[in-house]
Amino acid sequence: MAAAPLITARGLVKRFGDFAAVAGIDVEVESGESFGFLGPNGAGKSSTMRMIGCVSPPTSGELRIFGLDPVTDGREIRARLGVVPQQDQLDAELTVEENLVVYGRYFDIPRAECRRRAAELLDFVQLTDRAGSKVDPLSGGMKRRVTIARSLINEPSLLLLDEPTTGLDPQARHVLWDRLYRLKQRGVTLVLTTHYMDEAEQLCDRLVVMDGGRIVAEGSPRSLIQQHSTREVLELRYAPGTNEERAHAIADIGDRQEVLPDRVLVYTHDGEAALHEVHERDAAPISSLVRRSSLEDVFLRLTGRTLVD
Amino acid sequence: MTSSTRNRVGRNRVGTPPAVRVWERSLLLHGRVWKSSLLGSFLQPLLYLAGMGLGVGALVDATTGSPELLGGVSYLAFIAPALLVAAAMMVCAQDSLWPMLDGFIWSEAYKGMAATPLTPGQVSDGIALWHATRAVVTAGGFAIVLVLFDDTRTWGLLAAVPVGVATGLAFALPITAWAATRDGDRSFPAILRFGIIPTFLFAGVFFPIEQLPAAIQPIAMVTPLWHGVELARGAVLGTLSAPAASLHSAVLVAYVFAGAVLCRRAFGRRLGS
Repeated sequence: MAAAPLITARGLVKRFGDFAAVAGIDVEVESGESFGFLGPNGAGKSSTMRMIGCVSPPTSGELRIFGLDPVTDGREIRARLGVVPQQDQLDAELTVEENLVVYGRYFDIPRAECRRRAAELLDFVQLTDRAGSKVDPLSGGMKRRVTIARSLINEPSLLLLDEPTTGLDPQARHVLWDRLYRLKQRGVTLVLTTHYMDEAEQLCDRLVVMDGGRIVAEGSPRSLIQQHSTREVLELRYAPGTNEERAHAIADIGDRQEVLPDRVLVYTHDGEAALHEVHERDAAPISSLVRRSSLEDVFLRLTGRTLVD
Repeated sequence: MTSSTRNRVGRNRVGTPPAVRVWERSLLLHGRVWKSSLLGSFLQPLLYLAGMGLGVGALVDATTGSPELLGGVSYLAFIAPALLVAAAMMVCAQDSLWPMLDGFIWSEAYKGMAATPLTPGQVSDGIALWHATRAVVTAGGFAIVLVLFDDTRTWGLLAAVPVGVATGLAFALPITAWAATRDGDRSFPAILRFGIIPTFLFAGVFFPIEQLPAAIQPIAMVTPLWHGVELARGAVLGTLSAPAASLHSAVLVAYVFAGAVLCRRAFGRRLGS
């Protein structure tokens, strides 16, 4: 028997008054995959996550999680979900272990079993030595790891992560990505939202790009880049206020260009060659950079805006 | 993640009621300060009774006409059962403001609960259970102190404790429901200053409400505190008639019931929309 999708959404809508936070999206997430919602703030990612998390009923459309209907089977679905919310929601005055046990009790897991699982999970997030310390003085990255450990206390097969690394320093992000990658290897399905393209590229097998409550593209990070961008990007920086004028002079170089306030992007299959051509035109920039196309470029192409303003 | 660990929990285990599991968190958080809290449960009554009951009481009892107004008892005996009920109101009112907002907007602990199998209504019930616990400890501590005084050492104290709890909840639940609709604490000091403190001063704790201007008396009679005070005082001093007891109890029960409904609805809107 072919495994049914873990999450199915058809024409999913969430309205708050006149405002449509989610304006009709279709999504399917298979068991074991790692799926992302990429988009800027206000794109409707969190509203979608809250509907999948069964804490916010859909306004219209169809939504099934584990084949169940969130409206009628919300409790059963939530019992099988792990949720890592945008804010850690930890009790700062309690110890790390107590936070896990208290949360486990919400699932009616016996206290002794909660403690046993807490020990195992703190080992997994590399915080065993902090089990007895209060949450308050922990670093942002450590708190996030406590929250991830906490979300696993009910042994969920589906983990929802809302902006899992927002506000963390680069090192803490890498530690977190590593743990999430291990979870994926253990067969846990990951569904995350992010406005970081590097996070999406690191973690997601497949993602949808959201903007204004709608899905504007869908695919693997690699296929999205292939489909919507060139292989390389040449970034040129000119003196402030001269971008437009300079861009005009080199408009025919590369496949396409984007003029941003702080730089000009030239999309091309060969960045070095394009840069050579730019120099030959006497349009030498203050600085330049040749790089691979990323999801940021895909987003820019699809919406005309950058992900992080 | 493996079937063996899942089986260890057992499918047919008799679980803990959801509200109790919510209550456990409050207990654990409160456990950090239980010693000072318990000390307060005894110290505060002693201070009030010494200052108001004995200090002010000496003046009141020496005044001609006072015994008639107070129903033939000492001032200490008159205010002690009322202070028991008022203490429960104070503790419950305070617990229903900032700590509730914390659960919704600062720590977001209640949002965390709503992401688990707990329903918003169950979260609300668990918090009501915690308010009741705080009221039991406050009123119980007060009752134990009142055993020390000849004037108040009666079996009626046993009835005064549940009256204190009901009065506490009659304030805690509507205030919690209000707090559950707020995005900030701007209105909270006003609730204490213009709601709780005047109620404490004018709802029959320190003097019979017949002393109030006739126009204000009905306002005092609407407050849950007055009904709780009348019940507790009547029970401790043995002056309660059956009809009065029924009426005051019915009003308190109605307040608690309505408060619980409001609370559940407010939590449902806040945590599930």
